[in-house]
Amino acid sequence: MTLANRILTGDRRALARLITIVENQPTEAIPNLQLLYPHTGKALVIGITGPPGSGKSTLVDKLAKKLRQQKKTVGIIAVDPTSPFTGGAILGDRIRMQDLATDPGVYIRSMGTRGSLGGLAKAAHSAIEILDAAGMDYVFVETVGVGQSEVDIVGIADTTMVTLVPGLGDDIQTIKAGVLEIADIFVVNKADRPGADQVKMQLEMMLDLNTKEIKWRPPVLPTVANAGEGIADLLQGIKKHYRYLHDSGELRARRKARYKAEIMAIVEEGLRDRLLTFWAGEGKINTVVEEVIAQEKDPYTAAFELLGPFLAK
Amino acid sequence: MRERPIRVLIAKPGLDGHDRGAKIMARALRDAGMEVIYTGLRQTPEQIVETGIQEDVDVIGMSILSGAHTHLFPKVMQLLKDNEAEDILVIGGGIIPDEDIPALKRAGLAAIFTPGALTETVIDFIKEQVQK
Repeated sequence: MTLANRILTGDRRALARLITIVENQPTEAIPNLQLLYPHTGKALVIGITGPPGSGKSTLVDKLAKKLRQQKKTVGIIAVDPTSPFTGGAILGDRIRMQDLATDPGVYIRSMGTRGSLGGLAKAAHSAIEILDAAGMDYVFVETVGVGQSEVDIVGIADTTMVTLVPGLGDDIQTIKAGVLEIADIFVVNKADRPGADQVKMQLEMMLDLNTKEIKWRPPVLPTVANAGEGIADLLQGIKKHYRYLHDSGELRARRKARYKAEIMAIVEEGLRDRLLTFWAGEGKINTVVEEVIAQEKDPYTAAFELLGPFLAK
Repeated sequence: MRERPIRVLIAKPGLDGHDRGAKIMARALRDAGMEVIYTGLRQTPEQIVETGIQEDVDVIGMSILSGAHTHLFPKVMQLLKDNEAEDILVIGGGIIPDEDIPALKRAGLAAIFTPGALTETVIDFIKEQVQK
């Protein structure tokens, strides 16, 4: 029986194993991903990002518990940084999700960012599809910080939540570039602390500055995640956003953009592999590089010469 | 060489709250290039086994300082067997009397590291066993 078939019958070891393959030898996972694809498209994918310590894992834990009360199944992908020096990582998001570990309706997977950011986004995307096919109603993807890698991952979510906390002073400054565009929902966590109202107010003011005609204004929702406060409203916010996505056609548009990007990425990778194999055989690339270094050629001429035989065909 | 990082679950079963050893070990394994899933204190054997399966780890490392190892370690081994996950390498650490070690190994633990063991010894052991 293939891993895909085992996953469809609810085999959690097979699910875990396929995610490992997706992370390590993505090309080997392709036949199984192909088999699973017809079973995807049912899960709502929620990205959650924000500064370290802003309560992302705790929020996911509480949201998952609330969804479980409603008999929904939940997949969670928790991403933590890999050390650029050793390649190792400590993946600690599960500490906040201990009670979910033995719930058969929940599957949690920790991932390190490893070397390449693009690679992570791709692995995370495949992992989401696997969890979707395995029958998860909701899939959460949790990433730390708000940098390029997060924006990449956010690109695979239907709904993106950005978490903030009071007391970081200029944290809105730190996150404002790019974040206003990616957030569908803002969560001001630890809202029982002084300064929460100011954070909310600043966010609302920034949203007011958005003069473009907007169809969805991201709500700014206060929570005290570890006490479970505000979780019901947050879940309502998520569902409301889903209805907006669905009714406005935005869901289809987002998924269309996502699949287009995925297909292009697969095509580019395939071409790249082909070209590299070809050139390695010809041993040509190094010669060309030498010519460029010696300023006998410019990089554009060199690249077009390399592409020559392919463009002609 | 394996092309992927070794994945290790570091878990603290039972009720003792002393996680310094587990944290030092987690850090040392990370620095040795492994992906360490750290789950915090007071884990039940069921939580540990289910986490090990979901995370598809190569190794489960458990630390106990309370004296409950004779009960909890074999329980984890039994649950792994029930879930057809005996291929996961299991090692233990903590305050464990020498006379208890043979029984734990019979239960299926690959190694027991007691106070004084070097982190390098554990790292080498894991690397050697997982390469096999």
